[in-house]
Amino acid sequence: MKLYFKFFLMHLKSRMAYKKSFFFSVVGRFLTSFTTFLTIVFLFDRFHVVKGYTMGEVLLTSGVTLMSFALAEMFFRGFDSMQFIIKDASFDRLLLRPRSLIFQVMCQMIEFGRIGIIIQSAIMLFIGVSLSGVTWTFQRVIVLILMIPTGSLLFSSLFLLHAAVCFFTLEGLEFVNILTYGAREYGSYPFDIYGNALLKICTYIIPYALTQYYPLQYLIGRTDSIWMGLVSILAPLFFIPTYALWRFGVRKYKSAGS
Amino acid sequence: MKAYLTYFKMRLIHSLQYRTAALAGVATQFFWGFMEIQLYRAFYAEHADVFPMTLSSLVSYIWLRQAFLALFNTWTFENELFRSVLDGNVAYELLRPTDLYFMWFSRTAAVRISKALLRFWPILLVAFLLPDPIGMSLPGSFGIFCLFVLSSILTLGVTVAFTLIVYFSCFYTLSSDGLRAILTPVSDLLAGGLLPVPFMPVFFQRIIKFSPFGSMLNAPLRIYSGNISGAETAETMLLQLIWLILLMCAGMLLQKKGMKRLSVQGG
Amino acid sequence: MITVKNLTKTYRVSRRNAGLLAAVKALGKRETETITALDNISFTVKSGEIVGYIGPNGAGKSSTVKILSGILTPDSGAVTVNGRVPWKQRKKHVSEIGVVFGQRTQLWWDVPVIDSFELLKDIYKTDDAVYRRNLTLLTERLDLSQLLRTPTRQLSLGQRMRCEIAASLLHDPKILFLDEPTIGLDAVSKIAIRNFIKELNREKGTTVILTTHDMQDIEALCERILLIGNGRILMDGTFEDVKSIKPDYKSLDELAFHLYKKYGITGGEAE
Repeated sequence: MKLYFKFFLMHLKSRMAYKKSFFFSVVGRFLTSFTTFLTIVFLFDRFHVVKGYTMGEVLLTSGVTLMSFALAEMFFRGFDSMQFIIKDASFDRLLLRPRSLIFQVMCQMIEFGRIGIIIQSAIMLFIGVSLSGVTWTFQRVIVLILMIPTGSLLFSSLFLLHAAVCFFTLEGLEFVNILTYGAREYGSYPFDIYGNALLKICTYIIPYALTQYYPLQYLIGRTDSIWMGLVSILAPLFFIPTYALWRFGVRKYKSAGS
Repeated sequence: MKAYLTYFKMRLIHSLQYRTAALAGVATQFFWGFMEIQLYRAFYAEHADVFPMTLSSLVSYIWLRQAFLALFNTWTFENELFRSVLDGNVAYELLRPTDLYFMWFSRTAAVRISKALLRFWPILLVAFLLPDPIGMSLPGSFGIFCLFVLSSILTLGVTVAFTLIVYFSCFYTLSSDGLRAILTPVSDLLAGGLLPVPFMPVFFQRIIKFSPFGSMLNAPLRIYSGNISGAETAETMLLQLIWLILLMCAGMLLQKKGMKRLSVQGG
Repeated sequence: MITVKNLTKTYRVSRRNAGLLAAVKALGKRETETITALDNISFTVKSGEIVGYIGPNGAGKSSTVKILSGILTPDSGAVTVNGRVPWKQRKKHVSEIGVVFGQRTQLWWDVPVIDSFELLKDIYKTDDAVYRRNLTLLTERLDLSQLLRTPTRQLSLGQRMRCEIAASLLHDPKILFLDEPTIGLDAVSKIAIRNFIKELNREKGTTVILTTHDMQDIEALCERILLIGNGRILMDGTFEDVKSIKPDYKSLDELAFHLYKKYGITGGEAE
């Protein structure tokens, strides 16, 4: 943890060499997630309700998803640049150091712009919570609080999956972005909006729905089963197969260049 | 002219090399479109009466946008061009016997066309084969198809002219990252890349219609899907033409002035 | 210290002809070809030796160094360094070696060199006292006192290389791998670096494995030379052995040419 903080300081020092572009990229990030917010508001301005969900309920879902994603991205963004780390052979250097590889890749990119996003998603979560019309009980608060770290761990596993794939393809696969950046966008709405087949996929294959759709049903009182609310704690199990793939990829690593 | 063609061929060969990237791009665009259609269907199921386009128009709009993403999006920039403006190397381009503005214009267009050529047909092919509610439909008539093609060419022109203005404005702002970070979400929203323009509030639609963004991707897609027809088509395409000329003039002006600044600073 | 036995490493590469038609064809199916970078090689290095590892481009030098330092996993063969298998006990192994790549940097580009050093200290969990002692010694021997406060991007190539070497020695490694450490440097920097490596080896007994194209590096530093070509060890001897190939050589480059010619590897790029 101390070392992570040191890396944090080093990144900060490097970034401060280019203050202006740093400032604008923070504003840009802010605008990007603001447009997501705006499209939801525009659509509900016209339609008021979808599949029985109100705007408040959708904003709550969207706030939870954005928050989980922002936390995952804050720590795991380095895995997103894996293709460059492999291409310019800086992965060689990581292998030469007596530290865990996952930890080192995490340290490769620590983004401060994220802090802005986390604040912003906290605001959206707050708006969602207050507009959702949920009667907050102790159990419901616990369920809500659990949705965020479990969702974060799931997104983190998906970043790791993307990085692991790079060992085999040597370039980033745009398709894997669907699972991370895509899911951030789609995850603004409860997954049953997209139809039953997709809900099944998001339950049994990549368990997004466990951290989003099912607990939400409990929060907004569509089910009384607390187990539906707590099912989110199963989602982090997704880390196990992705970690196995990562380990396999490291062994297959071909260092580029001479 | 031959120089531009040779450049185009080189780009095509270059982008063909990235087979996996193209395949992944196709799959991504396709999946993204599918998810979006599912979302709108959920809204349609409940509120068919206030839906601002017919469902089949909307479906065609989304598939076309996904298929031609590489051609029409407002946020593809080449780092090389940014760098060349920022570090002043653009001055060396003057050594070549071609006009800088038109060289970059055709280069940018070529990059977009070559990427799109590889990607658009698999998406459209599958979209046409899909069953009715989510499948793509043919344009109303051959005439509408011709207008669509014409409007697409204008959109490509307007979009390229817009990106060139962004490149050349780096003569003055000196921070391409920041400019990009801000322009990407804003231009994507205004051009109708996130939400089709008819779904936006009325006052927003009015602003967009008379801004350059209204003359970008939403124009040909709405013509194809029949959301715009008759006199409105003529009006839309006239606006596109006007914006194309205005943006090109502005781009050339920025470039000429910027180059002059460069030679004054000298080195 | 280092034993290598029957080491083999192969790569698969894809090929394509030039032109638009070939590019379209390659969309369907790509030809791949297997290249043998290392073909059943064996050697040992004793503690405290300076070994020069030479051979034309693509001969297998880098692959060997990358396997010995734990970056690559070989197809077959046995390697032990300090009694460990590099790619199996990676963390323990790498904390006892130092690696310098002449063409890459491990220093942070936009921050002062000393900050990078401090970070390395934490990464390697180097003891405070050991770090202080090494830093003082390296600063003096490599003449770094003026450079430590400067951001890496403002250093000249020679200055940067001195800092790179210091960076890889802060944690007291027993073995130092140098991959073309003098490439692109001026004469003064080259000589400074050679002298430093000699001193390091004499005073601390650090084992040094050096790959280079510069025969002057070899002449100045190496008691022992390994020549590699087409993935095989072709010669294992001293600089005297090399000289005996062409006793009346006029320049070291000419000598290298005759050496390569004798072993049939003048083709240069052994693809």
